[in-house]
Amino acid sequence: MSVRFDEVRAGQELPPLDVPVTAAIVVGGALASRDYTPVHHDRSAAQANGLPDVFMNILTTNGYVSRFVTDWAGPDAIIRGIKLKLGGPMLPGDTLKLRGSVTAAEDGVAEVQVTGDNAWGNHVTATLKVALP
Amino acid sequence: MLTPEKKKEFEEQIRAYVGKPISPPTPARDEVNEPMIRQWCDAMGDELPIYLDSDAAAKSVHGGLVAPPAMLQAWTMEGFSMHEGYDVPRNEEHRLHKLMTDAGYTGVLGTDIEQEFHRYLRPGERVTVNTVIADISPEKATGVGTGYFITTRSTWTDEAGEEVGWLSFRVLKFIPKDPPKPASDGGAVQSKPSRIKPPRGQDNAWWWDEVANGKLPIQRCKSCGKLRHPPRPICDACGATGWDFIESTGRGTLHSFTIIRYPQFPGYEFPIIAALVDLEEGQRIVSNVVDCDPADVKIGMKLQSFIHEDEDGFKLPLFRPVA
Repeated sequence: MSVRFDEVRAGQELPPLDVPVTAAIVVGGALASRDYTPVHHDRSAAQANGLPDVFMNILTTNGYVSRFVTDWAGPDAIIRGIKLKLGGPMLPGDTLKLRGSVTAAEDGVAEVQVTGDNAWGNHVTATLKVALP
Repeated sequence: MLTPEKKKEFEEQIRAYVGKPISPPTPARDEVNEPMIRQWCDAMGDELPIYLDSDAAAKSVHGGLVAPPAMLQAWTMEGFSMHEGYDVPRNEEHRLHKLMTDAGYTGVLGTDIEQEFHRYLRPGERVTVNTVIADISPEKATGVGTGYFITTRSTWTDEAGEEVGWLSFRVLKFIPKDPPKPASDGGAVQSKPSRIKPPRGQDNAWWWDEVANGKLPIQRCKSCGKLRHPPRPICDACGATGWDFIESTGRGTLHSFTIIRYPQFPGYEFPIIAALVDLEEGQRIVSNVVDCDPADVKIGMKLQSFIHEDEDGFKLPLFRPVA
């Protein structure tokens, strides 16, 4: 079922999503996006860069943010654009807490603001434009 | 550090990269395909039927299977050879990074991306990417170190040459403030930062020890009986140095407060209600109010202290409202 544009109001909140992030998600996400940068699959490379463990690559964060929005919006929604700002790193063993709300709804397109926080603070803030039926 | 002359030369060298394509337009190695889509959806926990279920996709607004739009960049990622890093440059972007690394700007951090999708891709299509170094900022001092923001802009076209989407990607290439630590044995990795600990000295360590024993102590002058907090060696009323302490009941009223929402430094739950509490013994103390909606905090509200223990075992007195 898809959310319809005429049901959407600014201020409406999306169902929250808590993702317990594992090494499988970090490494699996990096490889699914064909990103073989060592810090995303090799703990010693991550540690040489000052982080305790492998950390999530941007494309995986991008994937989780868009999944979070389409989980709510449904199969007939069309993502037109994503603006994404990264904060602290996302590491295995921590939880990515995705929260979102509709900030505007005009001409069939909803603007959704998303935050993803973890134990370190803020990992990501994003704004998505989603065309709704 | 570079000398002013060397710095000027360096900046001219890096500026020369602005506007350059990182390589000739590069076709994706593979067509948009279901196995890669499935692998992506597995890793993202994405079960949207338009990506995986052709019957459901046919009934959707898309009329058939499509690829997740956030995968756009994945179709043309370099892939396995990326594990070699940029030490052996394979395109202009790598050469720019190497130039900066060699000048001491060894750190790299993705900061933001902006992307637009003109349409969703379908299995069987083959896209081509064209990436240009769009901008290099003036040198900036940041929280992680001094460096330059590099923006690259990629556009993807389909086989007909039509643009299907674009992405601009900004990274900070910087001189790390704290040099990277050597890889440890991996045994003592701390994955979660904790509260900043109070400095302990001979005038206040006793107070934290009492708190660790479950008490909320208030220092008292042995001469004139005046209470004081935080702990210190001399009474500000009579100048005497002798002291003992009483144990507070922990009952108090809120004198004043502020709510800290930003910046959200690690190790704390936000928002923080930072409070000045008047204990019933007559002493004012700084603490936090917890188990309370920030909207419900009112000056004069009744509070009760309790000893909170962090995950790492550190104890401190906090306050919560009493009905």
